[in-house]
Amino acid sequence: MTSADNLRAFRRDGRIVIVGASLAGLRAAESLRAEGFTGSLTMIGDELGEPYDRPPLSKQVLTGWVPAGGTTLPRRRDINAEWLLGVPASGLDLATDHVRLADGREVPFDRVLISTGVRARPWFVESEAALDGVFVVRTREHAEGLQRALAAGPSRVLVIGAGFTGSEIASVCRERDIPVTVAELAPYPLVGALGAMIGEVAADMQRAHGVDLRCGVKVTQLEGDAQGRLRRAHFDDGSTIDADVAVVALGGIRNTEWLQGSGLAAGVWGIACDTGCRAMDLNGLITDDVFVAGDVARCPNPVYEYRLISLEHWANAVEQAEVAAHNMLHGQAERWPHLSIPRFWSIQFGVNIKSVGVPTFADEVVVTQGSVSGHRFVAAYGYQGRVTAAVTFNNAKWLDHYRRLIETAAPFPPPCPTPDQPVDTKPVPVDFPGPTLLAQGATVVVTGHDPGERRVTAAHQHHR
Amino acid sequence: MTTTETPDMLHRILDYSSRSDPYPLYAELRRTPVARQDDGSYVISTYRELADILHNPHLSSDVRNLSHPMPSAEAGGTPSFINMDPPDHDRLRRMAMRHFGPPHTPGLVTALEPDLTATVGGLLDDCAGKEQIDIVDDLAYPFPVSVICHLLGVPREDEPRFRVWVNDLINSIDYDPRTDPKQKLDDGVQARQDLREYLGGLVEQRHGRPGDDLLARLANDDGPDGRMTDEEIISTANLLLIAGHETTVNLIANGMLTLLRHPQILERLRGEPDLVVPLVEELLRYEPPVHIIPWRAAYSDVTVADTVIPQGSQVMLMLASGSRDPDRFHDPDRFDPDRSDNQHLGFGSGIHLCFGGPLARREAQIALTELVRRLDRPSLVADPPPYRRSPVLRGPIHLRVEQNGG
Repeated sequence: MTSADNLRAFRRDGRIVIVGASLAGLRAAESLRAEGFTGSLTMIGDELGEPYDRPPLSKQVLTGWVPAGGTTLPRRRDINAEWLLGVPASGLDLATDHVRLADGREVPFDRVLISTGVRARPWFVESEAALDGVFVVRTREHAEGLQRALAAGPSRVLVIGAGFTGSEIASVCRERDIPVTVAELAPYPLVGALGAMIGEVAADMQRAHGVDLRCGVKVTQLEGDAQGRLRRAHFDDGSTIDADVAVVALGGIRNTEWLQGSGLAAGVWGIACDTGCRAMDLNGLITDDVFVAGDVARCPNPVYEYRLISLEHWANAVEQAEVAAHNMLHGQAERWPHLSIPRFWSIQFGVNIKSVGVPTFADEVVVTQGSVSGHRFVAAYGYQGRVTAAVTFNNAKWLDHYRRLIETAAPFPPPCPTPDQPVDTKPVPVDFPGPTLLAQGATVVVTGHDPGERRVTAAHQHHR
Repeated sequence: MTTTETPDMLHRILDYSSRSDPYPLYAELRRTPVARQDDGSYVISTYRELADILHNPHLSSDVRNLSHPMPSAEAGGTPSFINMDPPDHDRLRRMAMRHFGPPHTPGLVTALEPDLTATVGGLLDDCAGKEQIDIVDDLAYPFPVSVICHLLGVPREDEPRFRVWVNDLINSIDYDPRTDPKQKLDDGVQARQDLREYLGGLVEQRHGRPGDDLLARLANDDGPDGRMTDEEIISTANLLLIAGHETTVNLIANGMLTLLRHPQILERLRGEPDLVVPLVEELLRYEPPVHIIPWRAAYSDVTVADTVIPQGSQVMLMLASGSRDPDRFHDPDRFDPDRSDNQHLGFGSGIHLCFGGPLARREAQIALTELVRRLDRPSLVADPPPYRRSPVLRGPIHLRVEQNGG
């Protein structure tokens, strides 16, 4: 598929399969059609129903403002696709170029895009996770169920995990005047993403809004009654609380299990790819016909020392989808790299939090504008003397400036004063907690001696 | 990047003789994206540099941060948030927005739509049968005036007094001590004072009398930021009044002029009413009502496109030039309502992004839709039409149109 004629024929009547029919999958499909792909397009998704937007599921849907069914993604153009919904993909055969579905069907392709995303990490004890009143929030159905439980007026909600989703849910509970306890293993909320300084601000915000915030504790058991309804939670410090709703907000698991044996560099960390969104195989070689986009992709970013980074951000999914779609239809010389600076947003406790860059790629942080105590400020993150990220609390309109600073590797701390000068402009250590995800053990083994024979094999095929 | 080789380019642009078509001059100006002027001020004219500077926290909108403050009709009175920096700007804008848009008042513009349509309809009824109408006097001016008066709660019968004040005020905005009679500045100062006194009277009447209009809501509301002082309410009302008068009029008049110059697009709009949405966006790019932000102040040394603008310098932002920058917009001098990715600078950008933008959009969409629907074979009497003096808020002073193929 390298010659211009082949490419033209492929664009005219090739076969593209997109596995994962959410935001990245839909936007990729739209981009493929917008760029003139007239061949056959197949969308495979494990959920029934049209692709929908997820950010409102932990916000407007839970407040009851927007019904869960009201988050269907707008369609920007007709994509004229065959939709295979409600059945997950179970395998990818790159020898014969087929996607296998869980019901045994096989779907052939010339090129495939993988955008299978992330699912919610469930509570670690299955019987406890099954209790009535225990929720995760990832899908429309999850959000609808939790919304109903909140509307019923629970005596107390326990949120396990104070990352962005957990904090947003706690905020909704307070907005609905529901007593809420937040349990977080780390010393502060949001600390894993934004560091200790911002974490402290987030903790203040939660407490000021009446959240019973407990940091440095672990939930050890969810206890149910005879009817299988959640009644109580136990902590590792021996204390307990009574709650009839618990929301498990412990992050996500990347949907890559179906790729075992495919020969792709896929695992718990995602699927490695190049900046052109082409998937990498186990040996670290770039493939030609397999592309990746969205939460499941693990893409190098040159601004961050070419490290492979996976991001569960809305804008990242959209941008990777567009780059992947473009590159599926173009030859090497016309390919685009995905080089945008990451950004995301959250709304909690009346504060609009936005970020640009990669805050975890930093050793210091400094407030550059506004007032921390007023919960309206800009904080810039620096790594070895250059700006690598910025976070705003109710000050989002300045982010473009900080994006430019990141793109141009501007010196940290940014020197010039601004009209809205903060009280303290000294950088402090960023202070992230250690890796929360424990080492997974060996994932690959290398075999062979001659350069032409050296190969990597996935470890799970050899062990266990 | 900086040169002083075209210092009089700016004067040529500001000169009234360039008013009907400043765009070729903008193109020349863009050859120096950041141009230092003889008086030490800087003119920025290219899209990327404008977009950067509009988000740059080292630029100030507070006149006190200019090392050489300009004579201005605003001197003395409490400034409105357009001439303030954070945190005061943010607080006042937030307090005003509570009553004007999302998240606290999300339905305001939508709820106004029937009124907007009826107002335009009434004004056009008055034109029925006339062979010649003036788009400015008959519609583009009275329409937004009546909308902003209604929103604020200013009685309609006071409007003629307003018109004089606002005209004097607007005339003084681009006051140039080198060429303009002092009277122009004095009239502006007097007009501002009269307007403040008048608005102060309205605010006073509203204390303790909750109501739906903006003045009543500002005078009685206790939001999380507290209540505005009367001075702050007057300044805010002043700002909205002037902005509501003098910008939308240009958007509608420039819009009709542009449509009459592109009869095939006018015809398309007649059959395709939804086209009006991207069409108004394209107007905001192609013939915007606000061409220039006359000044911002460098709060500290600011680097733009490799040029260091020293602290205290006056920076002039040529928004309309940026929206015609070929490095950002393909074929920028073509009016193309089908343009995608149209991130024009028509409403500015950053923290001072046009407060009334959503209302202005809807006003222009409705006015143009109705004009096109109701005028019968309209044609321009004069092209170019006569223009207002101001190079900042640019638009025709009259736009005479014949109809019925007359």
